[in-house]
Amino acid sequence: MLHVTDVSITFNEGTPDEKKALQDINLELQEGDFVTVIGSNGAGKSTLMNVISGNLIPDIGEVVISDEKVTMLPEFKRSQFIGRVFQDPMAGTAPSMTIEENLALAYSRIRKRKLIPGVNKQRKAEFRDHLSTLKLGLEDRLNAKVGLLSGGERQALSLLMATFTNPNILLLDEHTAALDPSRAELITNLTKEVVEEYGLTTLMVTHNMQQALDLGNRLIMMDKGQIILDIRGEQKQKLTIEDLLKEFQRIRGQQFESDRAVLG
Amino acid sequence: MLYALFGAVESGIIYAIMALGVYLTFRVLDFPDLTVDGSFVTGAGVAAISIVNGVSPIVATLLAIAAGFLAGCVTGLLHTKGKINALLSGILMMIALYSINLRIMGRPNVSLNNQDTIFSQLREVWPVGIDEFLGGMFTAVGSRAPATWVIVFFMIIVTLGIKFLADYFLKTEVGLALRATGDNQRMIRSFSANTDNLIILGVGISNALVALAGALIAQLGGFADASMGIGMIVIGLASVIIGEALFGKRTIMITTLAVVCGAVIYRIVVTIALRVDFLDAGDMKMITAFIVMLALVAPRIMQAQKDKKRRLQKRAALEQVREGA
Ligand SMILES: Nc1ncnc2c1ncn2[C@@H]1O[C@H](COP(=O)(O)OP(=O)(O)OP(=O)(O)O)[C@@H](O)[C@H]1O
Ligand SMILES: [Mg+2]
Repeated sequence: MLHVTDVSITFNEGTPDEKKALQDINLELQEGDFVTVIGSNGAGKSTLMNVISGNLIPDIGEVVISDEKVTMLPEFKRSQFIGRVFQDPMAGTAPSMTIEENLALAYSRIRKRKLIPGVNKQRKAEFRDHLSTLKLGLEDRLNAKVGLLSGGERQALSLLMATFTNPNILLLDEHTAALDPSRAELITNLTKEVVEEYGLTTLMVTHNMQQALDLGNRLIMMDKGQIILDIRGEQKQKLTIEDLLKEFQRIRGQQFESDRAVLG
Repeated sequence: MLYALFGAVESGIIYAIMALGVYLTFRVLDFPDLTVDGSFVTGAGVAAISIVNGVSPIVATLLAIAAGFLAGCVTGLLHTKGKINALLSGILMMIALYSINLRIMGRPNVSLNNQDTIFSQLREVWPVGIDEFLGGMFTAVGSRAPATWVIVFFMIIVTLGIKFLADYFLKTEVGLALRATGDNQRMIRSFSANTDNLIILGVGISNALVALAGALIAQLGGFADASMGIGMIVIGLASVIIGEALFGKRTIMITTLAVVCGAVIYRIVVTIALRVDFLDAGDMKMITAFIVMLALVAPRIMQAQKDKKRRLQKRAALEQVREGA
């Protein structure tokens, strides 16, 4: 479904600010995989998401989605394969437009946009059905401006907009991080539901280790632009936070040693 | 006075088309496009020189629209593909257009005296009786009667037609994507919209409308002049801001109507201001700037006053309750 092969990307190459954000990343997702991604700040998680979404073009390496090579395809063309929810609740919706207009925008992700009305009776009914699955009462507020919604409501709407057109790949980048705990839980549960319902191939970045353990069938840990841990299936189900921390410590410790060796 | 106001409405309803164009860039696309000062003259110049060379006024006006569209597309290209800041793209295009317009016209001023225009052709088929009847209301109160009513009626139909077309367009799938481009570019790109093309299209349509207004103003006034576009962008903005301040912007349909009314009201205000003894035609730009400032500042001051009054009332009420207890 998704193949990321030998991808590297370096920012500000040849300057003192040089940053190897991704180094030789290889990642393969099967159809229906739900992969959680953890890693410290600056590990390269968002960069990886951006390379997959087409927001960034890798220096070297390939990205293949559903057997189509998309490495050089601009973001707007690639988005017909990809549903995306950002960390910032403001980022995934158009605030000055209404809920139904936002859904109409999402509806056109996989269709050519034409000079026909974006919202009609039939679509309205469809939108209402989808919104009711969120259980937030948004189905009765189709004409409310999205800018007036709370962060949690907006993020729920973003999640719906990213998923109801059944994307080949769903990218979630810390999409619950900006919400208070109860709202975050709501969005987490919604995420679980929609991913299961549509069997979406999903890549989810999170800073919440418990969340990373609870969700999905596979977990990867990134550090300094590399994937340092890839655990799946039964092994993942048995995994605990302590295991993760220990593993993290072990690998970090090693790298600390090697850093000192370089300095020495 | 009445006669002068009639003139204000007549031209205001034409300038409203330009205001709709400015609304499209400044508000919908969030693209502060200054091409307007140039493309207005482009429209006027193309229409005038075409008419002088024997092209029918309708075709000449269509040519003007096309020229404006092209100019806007270039500004859009400079911004999206050339990665030039939006303001600067418009300024560059405006400056370039100044020369281009001179080339188009071949001289700084093209007169349409004794030429057919859309309006002169309309007058030929317009029953004189209507003018006489409606003009009677003017003469009855001792004012000069307008030469013809056909322009006002025709332009109300055209301008409202454009308004409704814009309303429809902004609700289509393409129109929604265009609005989202002005609202949240990153988001709409993640929903398969080519924002570059949408910006180019939007700025193109906007300048097509501006050029149409230019072409009609040239035919109304009987000339095109290389410098007739100076300050147009501020007039367009003034119309948008006045309209929004007076009529609000709850929905697209309300806002576009507000913009149209704003353009007419702007003309009326300027006409009245110019009647004041110590102001003359040279003060027009200053008056415009002042109106815009007023329209921007006044609503805020009024709101602040309202809030203050509300708070004082609440305090007074609380005080009374305390005294009673
Ligand atoms: N456009 C850019 N230009 C320069 N450096 C960048 C750019 N984008 C990311 N980086 C750098 O690359 C590194 C990886 O960034 P990235 O955003 O992928 O981290 P992350 O794992 O998502 O971190 P976080 O958990 O804080 O979101 C960071 O050191 C960051 O400063
Ligand atoms: Mg990140």
